[in-house]
Amino acid sequence: MDLEMLWYLVPSVIMFCAGVFGFITRKNTIALLLSLELMLNAADLNFVVFNRYLFPGSMEGMVFTLFAIAIAAAETAIAIAIIINIYRAVGNSDITSAQKMKF
Amino acid sequence: MDITLPILILAIPFAMFLILGIGGVKMPRKLAGSIGILANGALLACCYTVAFTYFFSGDPLFIIDGVRQQYQVFDVTWLAFTDRLVVNIGFLLDPICAMMLVVISTISFMVHLYSWGYMEHEPGFQRYYAFLALFTFSMLGLVVATNIFQMYIFWELVGVSSFLLIGFFYKLPSAVSASKKAFIVTRFADLFMLIGILVLSYYVAQTPADGPLGGASAFNFLMLNSHPTNVLASTLGATFMGGSVLTWAMILIFVGGMGKSAMLPLHIWLPDAMEGPTPVSALIHAATMVVAGVYLVARFFPMYCIVPDSLTFITVVGAITAFYAAVVACAQIDIKRVLAFSTISQIAFMMVSLGCAYDQPIEGVHYSGLGYMAGMFHLFTHAMFKALLFLGAGALIHAVHSNDYTKMGGLRKYMPITHWTFLIGCLAIAGIPPFSGFFSKDEMLTAMYNRDIIWGVWMTIVAGLTAFYMFRIYYLIFWWEENPEYKHDGHKPHDAPWQMSLPLIILAAVSCVAGFIPFGEFVTFNGEPYHIHLEGWVAGTSITVAVLAIALATVMYAKKNPLPSKMRQAMPGLWMAAHKRFYWDEIYMFVTHKIIFGGICRAIAWFDRHIIDGTMDALAAVTNFCSVKIKSFQSGNVQAYVAWYLLGALLLGAITWICLL
Repeated sequence: MDLEMLWYLVPSVIMFCAGVFGFITRKNTIALLLSLELMLNAADLNFVVFNRYLFPGSMEGMVFTLFAIAIAAAETAIAIAIIINIYRAVGNSDITSAQKMKF
Repeated sequence: MDITLPILILAIPFAMFLILGIGGVKMPRKLAGSIGILANGALLACCYTVAFTYFFSGDPLFIIDGVRQQYQVFDVTWLAFTDRLVVNIGFLLDPICAMMLVVISTISFMVHLYSWGYMEHEPGFQRYYAFLALFTFSMLGLVVATNIFQMYIFWELVGVSSFLLIGFFYKLPSAVSASKKAFIVTRFADLFMLIGILVLSYYVAQTPADGPLGGASAFNFLMLNSHPTNVLASTLGATFMGGSVLTWAMILIFVGGMGKSAMLPLHIWLPDAMEGPTPVSALIHAATMVVAGVYLVARFFPMYCIVPDSLTFITVVGAITAFYAAVVACAQIDIKRVLAFSTISQIAFMMVSLGCAYDQPIEGVHYSGLGYMAGMFHLFTHAMFKALLFLGAGALIHAVHSNDYTKMGGLRKYMPITHWTFLIGCLAIAGIPPFSGFFSKDEMLTAMYNRDIIWGVWMTIVAGLTAFYMFRIYYLIFWWEENPEYKHDGHKPHDAPWQMSLPLIILAAVSCVAGFIPFGEFVTFNGEPYHIHLEGWVAGTSITVAVLAIALATVMYAKKNPLPSKMRQAMPGLWMAAHKRFYWDEIYMFVTHKIIFGGICRAIAWFDRHIIDGTMDALAAVTNFCSVKIKSFQSGNVQAYVAWYLLGALLLGAITWICLL
């Protein structure tokens, strides 16, 4: 059973690391958003896997996953709106052109 | 007794201060001035009614079997800190208080009236009347105080109003520095007074609070004056540096009086206080506030009698001051300064008189409290004739626009009213019968001769000097040589308007007749009447000395002659020293600037700048350094934040892992 769970967890780790790597290295904010989604989906996958294999009797992990998907959808809408505004303001959607946000 | 009038006595001037102080700016000058004068007239009527009721009604509240009683019209608790420390506000009526009510209200009214003419063209006329009202309020509150705390509160208020009025011409740097000097010096002296009161309270607090002598009542003058020994019993055993604690406390309280009354060595503020308007000098720095120290001693007199050493101290301080001020007054050029030093000298005279009033039988005769009566008598007469002299000086300054006698001379033809009233003032202060100063000074000298012949002789010399310097200044102003500028039209001096001349005439009339008041019937040490009788040989001596001094002044100054400058050249050192007031100001400057500021304060400032500020600066510098170093983290680059966050998370994970292993 442990071996079977690992099949799911390894792709999850790969997805998460790819997300982190992409988030740190890419310049385009759309790409950043995609990386972010990757990390979220990795976490969701973990929820589902742990719920299914470790606590088969309960449903909390599933519910949280659905919840996180819904939140992620809303968050994506906001992020797209911010990106569009950045684009309107500076003419491109590179993250390096949004450095003034520290003020 | 109905409490309406006593309350009005305090309420009228305070209300005037508020009305003129807050609304004065909006009022026209004439309105503000007339309100001030009318209110002061009402106050005068109230004070006279209360004083005359006290002296003449024969009410058993005030007089029992011919002995005048102290009577508390009202006394309410104002601040109750604990069951022992209670501050009351009240109204105590007794002979000296009633006498002071008359003096203060009379002089205050004269000055209000006089200022109408004198201050007419000055900016801030309304503010001036507001301050006068504040001063009148504080001084009245001081004399009617029922307990030490009330007296202390009003004592400070008097100092504040004096400060405000000296600095009235706040655009003149000299007036500003004079007002600061007056406030700081008197405040410095009051510090000692406060210490004295605290020492007393510390010991008196050890008596039971619930008894009739414990707690707040221990500071009540009624209690202190009737049972001083009982109230202060607990202080008598304690000693400090070879003297009893009570002696120290009473001397410390007297130091406060020395500050207000300009006794040596705290006299330096009074000559400079002449920077204020001249009517203010007449009211505050001649007639009322500066005698607060004398009043203080009189108020505490039964307590001073318990510790005769403190009375000896008062006598010595007074005698030295009287002589010093009289010598200095002989060498001043500014006529107001002459009058200021004359005031110091005369107040010191009263102090010596009070110091000599100690109940002591001499050759079987019991001279109980003669000096007390005489000192109070002189306070009364001096207030009248010194206010007269100052107001006269004000009229002269008004006419000539200078304080120096060198700009005057020969004025008797131009200003007859001022001349005659000033002459009456000079005769009164010189002690020539039948003017008032003679009678009071004679009683004081008798008391001094009775105490010890040394004081008698010493103060007779001072009285002679007084006559000399007053007539010196009189001749230099009104005789000597006419200032050639008067010949030109437009520069011709003339008598002041009626608002200024009327107070002069009234005060001159009072100075002529005040000596015949049977003062001993009204104000004595124990309330029993004392029948004043002139001691023939004392009167003879003092008249002879005064006449000789006036004759000398006449020879030297009546006509322009080279004698004064010859005398000056004969002893240039003495003249210069006296002219420079024996370098007291320089000594103070040396002590304050060179020793205190230059030595002690510089070290303290170094400590402050380098140790205290240094610690704070070091903290700030470290914080600043760290901020500069880490500020690049705040780059605005979101990806860098994430990278750092990741690093931190990994680090924390690693640490957790290591710990779990």
